Amino acid sequence: MLKINNLTKRFGGLAAVNNVSIEFEANKINAIIGPNGAGKSTFFNLVAGAMAPTEGSIEYQGMDITGMACDRIARLGIARTFQTTSLFDESTVLDNLIVGHRLRTQSRLWDVIINSKRLRDEEKKCRSRAQEVLDFVGLSHIGHRITADISQEEKKRVAFALALATDPELVLLDEPAGGINPEETENLASLIRKMVEHGVTVCLIEHKMDMIMNLADKIMVLDHGEKIAEGTPEQIRSNPVVIEAYLGSDDDAAA
Amino acid sequence: MNALQKISEFFMTPAMKIVMILAALLFPFVASNEYQIYVMALAFVWAIAVYGMNIITGLCGQLNLAHGGFFAIGAYTLAILTVDHGWAFWWAFVAAGVSGALLGFLAGVVSLRLKEHYFAIFTLCVGFIIYLLIDKWEELTHGALGIINIPAPSGFGLVDFTETTPFYYLALVFMVLSIWLAARIANSLLGRSFRAIRISDELAASLGINLMRNKVLAFVLSTTYASVAGALYAGMVRFIGPAEADVVHTFDMITFLLVGGIGTLMGPLFGTLAITWLTQSLQFLEEYRMIVFGPLLVVLVIFFPRGVVGTFLTWRGRRLAAAHETAQKESASEKKPSSNKATTPRNQEAGNHA
Repeated sequence: MLKINNLTKRFGGLAAVNNVSIEFEANKINAIIGPNGAGKSTFFNLVAGAMAPTEGSIEYQGMDITGMACDRIARLGIARTFQTTSLFDESTVLDNLIVGHRLRTQSRLWDVIINSKRLRDEEKKCRSRAQEVLDFVGLSHIGHRITADISQEEKKRVAFALALATDPELVLLDEPAGGINPEETENLASLIRKMVEHGVTVCLIEHKMDMIMNLADKIMVLDHGEKIAEGTPEQIRSNPVVIEAYLGSDDDAAA
Repeated sequence: MNALQKISEFFMTPAMKIVMILAALLFPFVASNEYQIYVMALAFVWAIAVYGMNIITGLCGQLNLAHGGFFAIGAYTLAILTVDHGWAFWWAFVAAGVSGALLGFLAGVVSLRLKEHYFAIFTLCVGFIIYLLIDKWEELTHGALGIINIPAPSGFGLVDFTETTPFYYLALVFMVLSIWLAARIANSLLGRSFRAIRISDELAASLGINLMRNKVLAFVLSTTYASVAGALYAGMVRFIGPAEADVVHTFDMITFLLVGGIGTLMGPLFGTLAITWLTQSLQFLEEYRMIVFGPLLVVLVIFFPRGVVGTFLTWRGRRLAAAHETAQKESASEKKPSSNKATTPRNQEAGNHA
């Protein structure tokens, strides 16, 4: 589904991502782990098109998407969530989600001025898609609330829903369980499994090891921008290079 | 529902629109003198420009400090075409709108490459360049002398727009049209794209929204609003000078937006009218008016960052959400399906951007 070849991103002399090659399969949960500053978020930014790589290529479903603009990549079916969830605080939760399906619509300024049938149909479509994804993430009971008033975990779920509203095939989740408690983390993990059951491929960055070990089908370990290991959770757990990277360089990341 | 809530609900009904339009139509008959009608008409003209600013700054989140400059471009296009080239008023009026859109497109394509503060600073410079061009390019703009004897809008022999009251109604028509279009945009998918950009560029791009195209569109819409307002202004005061492009006008408009409620639909109108009349009633203080305005604005920005209208809408939204939950609980305890469950959130949402 996603094939990364020799991906490199340099900021001046620093290689944030260095010569990383990996393949992510469809309908699987793929995790990227590594100590702080290992280049995980940069890796996501490269895949999502937020920045262009210095070298290497990214292939998505057989198509070369290297250096393609963010919004085009989103239309091809790659959605993402961010470490910090930014939403429109003054609007209701449901209202926040309607724009998520905008990329599948065609209406322009002229449709808005004459209030065309196309616009009305598309708005109906976006609204029903918003309701669907809200149900999917289990938040239909708070759809009417002002977004500023919902909990951190609920905001994470809204961010998931927003990503799902774009009808993605691949979802990149950047630290989905950051800042929420263990019980909520478990609930979020089940939601991620549910997404995969519904045909979405997931790729996530996470620091919570027990969550990753239970959840992931495949793990890639980054350290100082380089891929130091890839494999199943069992393989990663017993990999001496990984253990050294964690214990030797950055203790808090292993916590 | 108590009385306060009943009143607040009335604000959100279509009947409120009719009441407001009726009030505006009747205003010239109840005004105690012609000057009041004149001030109101002028406020309407400014409100049109403020609605434009609300599209780029309120909806799309890009602080455009060249807005006053585009107001002046509209005014000068109309004045130059009618006075120096003998164009009929309404043709020159259309040309003013078009020039605002075209120049807005050029300025937008360049300045929107920058983000946040850099964009604001860049547009501040664009506004100043517009001012300098108007002030120094004497062959075209008559320089510091300004342009006099601008014709009033042609009434085609039916109406005389040199009179204050007919012009008042003309300004009212244009303002209502502006609000109508602004409402259409704000409540549409296009407006939602703009608001997504306001939340964050990254988020909007990750949702497949083309940042540049949408930002330029919002910018062009706003400069068109500004230049149309400027053209009306020229036809009203019939004498313009380089001072029309002064950055002070831009900051006035930002004040109107902040007071009324940035990003809301009725905020620009409320803010413009409120500040205009406050200014009028504080005339006796002359320059010391700012002693009243300054602290007022500071208090407002600290405690009501969404302005008067925005604060009202948030308060109402919270109340409706609470009412919705109470209704849900009651219907759950009575073990019967809630009939209004499906309609409540939708009603609330429709009003959220009013």
